[in-house]
Amino acid sequence: MSEREEHRAPVSLSGLSENDPHLLPLAKNPKTVEGVIAVNFVLGTLLTAAFGACYWINAKPWTLGATLGGGLFFFGVGLVAWGKYLMPRGPFVEERHTLANSEADRDAFAAAIVERGGNVMKRRKMLGGILAGGLGIFGVVAMFPVLRSLGPVPKGTLFHTDWRKGSYVVDQTGRRVSAGDLAVGSIVTVFPEGTENTDRGQVVDQTVLIRVSNQKFTTQKGRESWAPLGYVAYSKLCTHLGCPVGLYEQQLQLLVCPCHQSMFNVNNGAVPQFGPAPRPLPQLPLYIDSAGFLRAQADYNQPVGPGFWERA
Amino acid sequence: MSEITATNKRARRKAEGRYGKVGKALNELDDRLGVAKGGRTFMDKIFPDHWSFMLGEIVLYSFVILMVTGVFLTFYFIPSSAIVTYHGAYLPLDGQKVTQAFSSTVNISFAVRGGLLMRQMHHWACDIFVGAMVVHMARVFFTGAFRKPRELNWNIGVTLLTLAITNGFLGYSLPDDLVSGTGIRIAYSIVLSIPFVGTYLAFFIFGGNFPGTSTIPRFYILHCLIVPLIIIGLVGAHLFLLVRQKHTQFPGEGRTEKNVVGSPMFPVFMAKTTGFLFIVGGFTALLSAFAQINPIWQFGPYDASRISYAVQPDWYMGFLDGALRIWPSWSFHSFGHTIPFEVLVPALILPGIIFTLAAAWPIIERLYTKDNEIHHLLDRPSDRPKRTAAGVSVLAFVTMLFIASSTDVIANFFHISLNTVLWLMRVTTILVPIIVYPITYKICKEMQAVHGAGKRKTPNIVSRTVEGEYVATPTPAYQDDRGHDLEATAVPTFIEVEPEEPNEGGVRTVDR
Repeated sequence: MSEREEHRAPVSLSGLSENDPHLLPLAKNPKTVEGVIAVNFVLGTLLTAAFGACYWINAKPWTLGATLGGGLFFFGVGLVAWGKYLMPRGPFVEERHTLANSEADRDAFAAAIVERGGNVMKRRKMLGGILAGGLGIFGVVAMFPVLRSLGPVPKGTLFHTDWRKGSYVVDQTGRRVSAGDLAVGSIVTVFPEGTENTDRGQVVDQTVLIRVSNQKFTTQKGRESWAPLGYVAYSKLCTHLGCPVGLYEQQLQLLVCPCHQSMFNVNNGAVPQFGPAPRPLPQLPLYIDSAGFLRAQADYNQPVGPGFWERA
Repeated sequence: MSEITATNKRARRKAEGRYGKVGKALNELDDRLGVAKGGRTFMDKIFPDHWSFMLGEIVLYSFVILMVTGVFLTFYFIPSSAIVTYHGAYLPLDGQKVTQAFSSTVNISFAVRGGLLMRQMHHWACDIFVGAMVVHMARVFFTGAFRKPRELNWNIGVTLLTLAITNGFLGYSLPDDLVSGTGIRIAYSIVLSIPFVGTYLAFFIFGGNFPGTSTIPRFYILHCLIVPLIIIGLVGAHLFLLVRQKHTQFPGEGRTEKNVVGSPMFPVFMAKTTGFLFIVGGFTALLSAFAQINPIWQFGPYDASRISYAVQPDWYMGFLDGALRIWPSWSFHSFGHTIPFEVLVPALILPGIIFTLAAAWPIIERLYTKDNEIHHLLDRPSDRPKRTAAGVSVLAFVTMLFIASSTDVIANFFHISLNTVLWLMRVTTILVPIIVYPITYKICKEMQAVHGAGKRKTPNIVSRTVEGEYVATPTPAYQDDRGHDLEATAVPTFIEVEPEEPNEGGVRTVDR
């Protein structure tokens, strides 16, 4: 067995003689390894330079990534190889000292806190009490402006939409929808007129208008007049987490939410048929005015979208 | 002539001291700061060599990449919901009304030189950051590195994981594209679901009803300053504790509870770890060069009434998304109030339980084993079958939730009904962790019984006797593999055996 392969017990770094076998490199052929590392460093340098050139001429983004990544990678491999194969191979050992201090030190520390500090507090109980109480009140009071200024109070905003009695039903471009616009089985996203370009309109008022075939449609109790000529309108906000219920499965007459796959039965009051949504999509009562335009009879009769504590 | 030069050189060296200019500079430094002793100790600090100790380095270095690329992005990103008309390099969007956040992100991708690379590196580094964190955490868990005295560092780690996930979500929300906007919408609804205070909390966090114009500026300052500051502080504390308590190490030749065996900080570890920083950076850059991530110009700007199909959040949010998908629609409506359990449980209570369990594990394990010893030598996972099985079981549960976040894609890919997939996921998410526990336990037990498991195979010497019989004699284990078995003394006794009471001959004592 050569000197290189001989067994080496871990030694301490300090007091090691210069020709200790622990300080030799791990590599059996250091010259070759050195050459390989040199190649790595040269490649790293070339690619890094190429990165600069690519940046200078504003080349395609992938060339930037490839040259930068390749350059860093070769530098990294070279450095790791240098550390692993050409530096002192060890293994070296370091003593681990107990973290805990002596009993006397611990006692002195505890005494400083418990006795010296505790005695001060015990003697001036009233002062400590007032200070703690005062700072406590300050802490609570300081929270008020911080919290209160962050946003408005919800009030009724979650309960109502901008649909009003007589609101014209318009599509995303603001065009009013009239009775002849949709074929049976068609769907369009609609808004109350005037809100189609507003954030709130898109978030709260968004409604899907579907023209259903009257034979398969089950009218819900109390909603007999809500869907004239098969035009049925549901809130587009999923009752699970408020995603837009954007997928319409025409064959099965289902509205599907792409976020968490809740399915609502269009023909039966948008009752959730499957998935995590707990409630039907609220239905918007519609009527057709004398000019043939679709209009809302009133706002939704319940809050739209996901559940919250104040919702009845 | 040459003699004079030599004398001069020698004279100069003598004047400069034994270690030349560097030595002089170090002396000056020591005069002022007194760093010589501590510095030497630090240079001599020993790092144990094991591939699994590099996982934490991946986390650290991807964090470095995140900071560098993140600073670059802040130069060009405008955190504003103000509406502008896009006129830029990406023609399909030309003339569209979009928010400044969206248009500046598209500009970073198309107009800023190197911008797309920086954006993609930032996103990839984040996915690697959280991923390496989870793997590092698993290593620490399965080898028992969290035991006394390192419980505090374990808890810092768990906190860092939650902060990393939070900051990932905040950053993902900033470009205001269709996908991230939907993400914020879901987050808003989740806050809304908290009983009593949910609506107020949502209004205060997001500055009013969804979407509002405060979300992006607020998320920006949280994402770029506040959460990173906390992360930097905790990473500092994590590393300080690591230096203070010194590394753990696997049992082996010459390794005891009272020492650390490995390579010194300088120059060996420094070379290797700097090289590794470059490798992680290089890997991230290559990934960003060839693998597209988050092409927001394809998603388009956020419009609350539009949505896209089969869009998944970043992988580390997947388990929450999956939980939201498979949890049943149990909602509480009564007494004029609603408690949306269908959101509250999977989105808040479930992750709360998982992370609390993780944070409390060192205490839970100590209550069970009564083991209050200091441990610096690591466990082989198979030597702690119950802990290993418990960890694998929880990982299996979270993995099932993660898979459940793609129910629609699975249904589409295998052409089975969505309902079937959903029910399958509901059942398997509960069953798989239960099945995985005993299997892992059994595998660990078997591995304990296999002689030489986890060690390199040594050759057998086969010899033929005079009678013609062949005899195989195993050669001893390799030097480095010796002593890998745990010392029996470090293992606590689980079952306390009562000392046998001296029994008088023929007399039976009965307690009443």
